[in-house]
Amino acid sequence: MVTRTHWRHVVAGREAGTLLGLAALCLGLWIATPFFATAANLANVAEQSVIVGVIGIGMTCVILIGGIDLSVGSLVGLAGVVVGTALQRGMPVAIAVLLGLAAGVVAGALNGVMITAGRLPPFIATLGMMSVARGAALLLSDGRPISGFPDSLRLLATGRVFGIPAPVVLMLSLYAIAYFVLTRTVFGRYLYAIGGNEEATALAGVNVRQQKVVTYALSGLSAAICALLLVARLNSAQPVAGIGYELDAIAAVVIGGTSLLGGSGSVIGTLIGALIMSVLRNGLNLLGVSSYLQQVAIGVVIIAAVLIDMALRRRVHRST
Amino acid sequence: MTPQQPADIALQMSGIHKGFPGVVALAGVDLDVRQGEVHVLLGENGAGKSTLMKILSGAVARDAGEIRIDGQRVALATPRAAREAGVGIIHQELALVPAMTVAENVLLGRAPTRFGMIDGARMRRETVALLQQLGATLDPDAITGTLGIAQQQLVEIARALSLNARILIMDEPTSALTERESARLFDVIRGLTARGTAVIYISHRLDEIFAIGDRITVLRDGRHVATQAVQGADRRELVRLMADREVDERIGGGLRNGGAPVLHVDGLTHGTRLRNVSFTVHAGEIVGFAGLIGAGRTEIARAVFGLEPFDHGRILVDGAEVRIRSPRDAIAAGIGFVTEDRKREGFVPGRSIRDNVALPILARLAWMGFVDRARETATAETAVRDLRIRTRSVQQAVRTLSGGNQQKVVLARWLATGARILFLDEPTRGIDVGSRQEIYQLMRALAADGVAIILMSSELPEVLGLADRVLVMREGAIVGEFSRDDATAGNVMACAVGA
Repeated sequence: MVTRTHWRHVVAGREAGTLLGLAALCLGLWIATPFFATAANLANVAEQSVIVGVIGIGMTCVILIGGIDLSVGSLVGLAGVVVGTALQRGMPVAIAVLLGLAAGVVAGALNGVMITAGRLPPFIATLGMMSVARGAALLLSDGRPISGFPDSLRLLATGRVFGIPAPVVLMLSLYAIAYFVLTRTVFGRYLYAIGGNEEATALAGVNVRQQKVVTYALSGLSAAICALLLVARLNSAQPVAGIGYELDAIAAVVIGGTSLLGGSGSVIGTLIGALIMSVLRNGLNLLGVSSYLQQVAIGVVIIAAVLIDMALRRRVHRST
Repeated sequence: MTPQQPADIALQMSGIHKGFPGVVALAGVDLDVRQGEVHVLLGENGAGKSTLMKILSGAVARDAGEIRIDGQRVALATPRAAREAGVGIIHQELALVPAMTVAENVLLGRAPTRFGMIDGARMRRETVALLQQLGATLDPDAITGTLGIAQQQLVEIARALSLNARILIMDEPTSALTERESARLFDVIRGLTARGTAVIYISHRLDEIFAIGDRITVLRDGRHVATQAVQGADRRELVRLMADREVDERIGGGLRNGGAPVLHVDGLTHGTRLRNVSFTVHAGEIVGFAGLIGAGRTEIARAVFGLEPFDHGRILVDGAEVRIRSPRDAIAAGIGFVTEDRKREGFVPGRSIRDNVALPILARLAWMGFVDRARETATAETAVRDLRIRTRSVQQAVRTLSGGNQQKVVLARWLATGARILFLDEPTRGIDVGSRQEIYQLMRALAADGVAIILMSSELPEVLGLADRVLVMREGAIVGEFSRDDATAGNVMACAVGA
């Protein structure tokens, strides 16, 4: 049940500032270039945000527990190639999709096992997996793209639901699920507790190891879902797909106000963060700003967002 | 207008104001400290002691007020400015780099150099000289993190001395020390004051205030309440000044005969840390564990709670052996554990009271993985009411509560699990006198409800005042048992030190 006070809480929460930033950005672009606010362009912006948005869900969970996942970009490549290879060998679409998702989940869970049982720092474990998964994708595909897939798979990218692009609908559904999982379920609450104080949480009888493995597996799963969308969109599985996505996802999470120290943040913030990045890219394109300068702009936004967030948080802390 | 002041006034703070959003932390506080005196700052948590000391050490800027050191007006805008003005502070949580040597820590940031390289020999020499002034013989090359807390404290004091601190702030310096270590620290403090250093001493422990203090200033709700000489001060009066209410400092309480045995630990052994430890705790009984720090009290609790492995031994709950390999197993067996290090292990600071209380029982409060918020809130509200946790609502973050209320949240969590066996390890460390009394009363009430309580404390009066039975540990073994009537400070201490 979603009560009214609950929505007030969401609106007045830490997402409010980020949302305000997004609104200001949109307003500015709308004034600067009328084409920005056309339905076609807005749909385009939403579609552009899907890739980072979907990976961002898993990344938010990982960062909430005080971890990091650098392997997601490579897992996008690997899961895509697994799907492509399976289809190439004549497997049904459903099986190929399941295999692709499984590849992401297994690799993610492996990250989790290295971090918990192996006691590796998340940075190191997932850095290793980043290279392993990329290499595996290249090995499996012999370094070549795999193309030509059934229409049923392509529908994932080209389909529309009530006129809204299917990937956008999928992303929003995933966010709705993630939001409820994080705020309403035992699993979600444990994530915040672990990130806030891992030792106290373990002492409260929570199986922290298991929780962590599942969280990294979820991050792998969200990378694999992203791979499916990408394969469907390009009608091609590329072993080099997804390079750099991990950093874009981390940026979206951070712009969205989730603390890299863990324990506080939300998926709603990440969604807004992903939208800000995509609106910014789109707007700068419309304004004819060079792609080099765009990189600079995005970097500045990341730094500014975190600076503002930290300043706000200090004010809240002072009052205690 | 220059206020008249005697020559021996080292520090004069007058009309210090400080507000934080929504709170007035200090409302015009005056404090004057003489050279060579130990000036005790007394007050409940939240009374403004810490803020006042943060202002003096340059960590927090004051809104209004004047500070004079040796008659000179000083701004103390930054920690560096305060250091240069001769103010040193020994924090409750030590601010040392654990991986560095003693000498490196003492001269951190000011290591002597030769041709641009660190002059190790000189650094060691200077450190040894400083430590000698304190009567300490620490190896300057020892890695700081491997030292005990008492020794690390000496390192901090040496550092302050090397900065020519003439006003030394000590924030609860004995909170992690054994009685013997505290006595040594007092000798060090006397040595410092004999040389004219002024010491501002923050503590909740009345006993040691009488042992070391010269004058006392009591703060309450950000105001100066009284300043008086320690000699001739009345304990009850001090407690009343702090809390503004009569508090029975004696813990008291009647002895109950124990109910059925609920916990039986048999032959618990772990290397040399635990040697063949056996004991039984009955329902409704408070069993006190006394002993020096490192005697193995905490190790027992950690082993029984599934946090540390053990070589052999059995744990029986209600007469049946239980296998405990993790806190989950322990909780399932009805055991709760309030740890010594509240901040590190006790709670999730950024989360609400509700989230913290419900954490161990979330799965029970959920249906198909979804948390029943209404029941969760009700559980937390009941706990807040029963334990009299002072808060605006159960949504308040635990970080923002006072130490005493944080400890109550930790207790509330274990009560919510329905624990019938409760290990309390130093449950009142760093908690003010008023809240201590409430925690003592809670323990009594819980015992009366049939909870078996194992109290581990290095404060002897606490153990003697509360426990129905006292077990004494030394070097990992139980070396003595006293009934409530036989447990005198002399008996128990003699047993603990092996005299």
